[in-house]
Amino acid sequence: MIFLRRQVPLLITLITGIVFAAQYYVPHPASEQMLTSVTKWLQIIGGFALVLGVSSLFHVHAIKIRRKEAGWGYSFVLYVSMLGTIAVGLWSNGKEAVDGTMTAFGWIYNFMMVPLQGTMFAILAFFIASAAYRSFRARSREAAVLLIAAVIVMMGRVPLGEYLIPLSGDLSQWILNVLNASVRRAILIGVSLGTVALSIKIIFGMERSYLGGGKE
Amino acid sequence: MALETIIGAWVATGLTFFIFSFLYKDNPLFKLAENLYVGVSVGYTIVKTYDTVIVQLIWKPIVENGEWALLIPVAIGTLMLTRYVPKAAWLSRYAFAFIVGVGSGLAIPRTISSFILKQIEDTIRPLMMLVPGEGITFTWSLLNPASSLNTIIILIGVSSVLFYFFFSVEHTGPGKVVARTGILFLMIAFGAAFGYTVMARMSLLIGRLTDLIEFTDPSYGWPSLWLLGLTILTLVVMSRRSSSKQPKEE
Repeated sequence: MIFLRRQVPLLITLITGIVFAAQYYVPHPASEQMLTSVTKWLQIIGGFALVLGVSSLFHVHAIKIRRKEAGWGYSFVLYVSMLGTIAVGLWSNGKEAVDGTMTAFGWIYNFMMVPLQGTMFAILAFFIASAAYRSFRARSREAAVLLIAAVIVMMGRVPLGEYLIPLSGDLSQWILNVLNASVRRAILIGVSLGTVALSIKIIFGMERSYLGGGKE
Repeated sequence: MALETIIGAWVATGLTFFIFSFLYKDNPLFKLAENLYVGVSVGYTIVKTYDTVIVQLIWKPIVENGEWALLIPVAIGTLMLTRYVPKAAWLSRYAFAFIVGVGSGLAIPRTISSFILKQIEDTIRPLMMLVPGEGITFTWSLLNPASSLNTIIILIGVSSVLFYFFFSVEHTGPGKVVARTGILFLMIAFGAAFGYTVMARMSLLIGRLTDLIEFTDPSYGWPSLWLLGLTILTLVVMSRRSSSKQPKEE
């Protein structure tokens, strides 16, 4: 039984890992077809993974409502809005617009989801500003450099900033395209090396945490 | 103007004010909008996933084109759901093993090619350029990211930041200078990322305010003005209620 529970999954990972790493080096239509198919397969399997996540959300809020815990009314709102959106979406066949006319699902998207999402992220502007006010003190040389770079980029990205400091636009572009790009590149190289190392460890069974714990 | 647009304007305005009310303090109006946001977003994702995965990727190809091989990923996906049956939960490992194995296999050559070799290639570029009529030239323009001067700056930045994260060598002597240069580059990049994020959020804020200004139009029935007043009134009433309750409890 341990073979089926522990060894077979590791074998599946080993075989699929080697096959799809090798696929990159086989420039044959059959190889390309295999890649296209497996990409589609991963999308399908990913859809089932969503079921896991959503059912967990359903479960947590259902318990809250059943036990009438503090704030259960908000869970009820969440439930109603989720089920309502699903019902309307299925009724509209998942389309926001048909022949240029907005569907009920499109209405939910345009007049509920977009404003809620936009505002939720917009209020972060206030919190970032207040956090910056509290923490942006040029206590050291590094902190001063960070502060100056942030101010230049902020000034350079709005007309008023460019009007007040004419050089800020070009300077901001230079910081973003050269200095920032070089750091992003270095971090990307480091992260990629880590990704390759982790992938090799997973394929050869040295990293097994994705199989979860529990009984063998 | 269409009735659904007018109702939509009222709903969008109300929800916007409910979220903004958090700037005053955490309150029931914000919590209501917050939970509504989660519910609508999850519902939207479920519908979109159903349409993309079930309808477009499974049902139509199988029924219309007879692609029965698609039942294999369906079976693998179904194995994931065995997590709800404790005795059969180990079967879900097959699905995870497949996803992780394919993902790792695909990642290795592509990451090496696109994110390591390509990035190194773009970092180590020729310093001199052969310009027709001018011969070999060294370009000093800072505004052109591909100029020779910027090539040197990028090379210094990439090398020093990589060295800063390389802990197998002690950062002393000349190594300390390189590591400190790396820190300076990192600080500039963090500052730039911060500034960029702030301005992106500001852009969203301007977008919301633009909508609120648009909805002050009489053709919508002044929803911005009415709902602003209503939100403030509700917050005041709630605040008074909670402050009058507190002394009694004490």
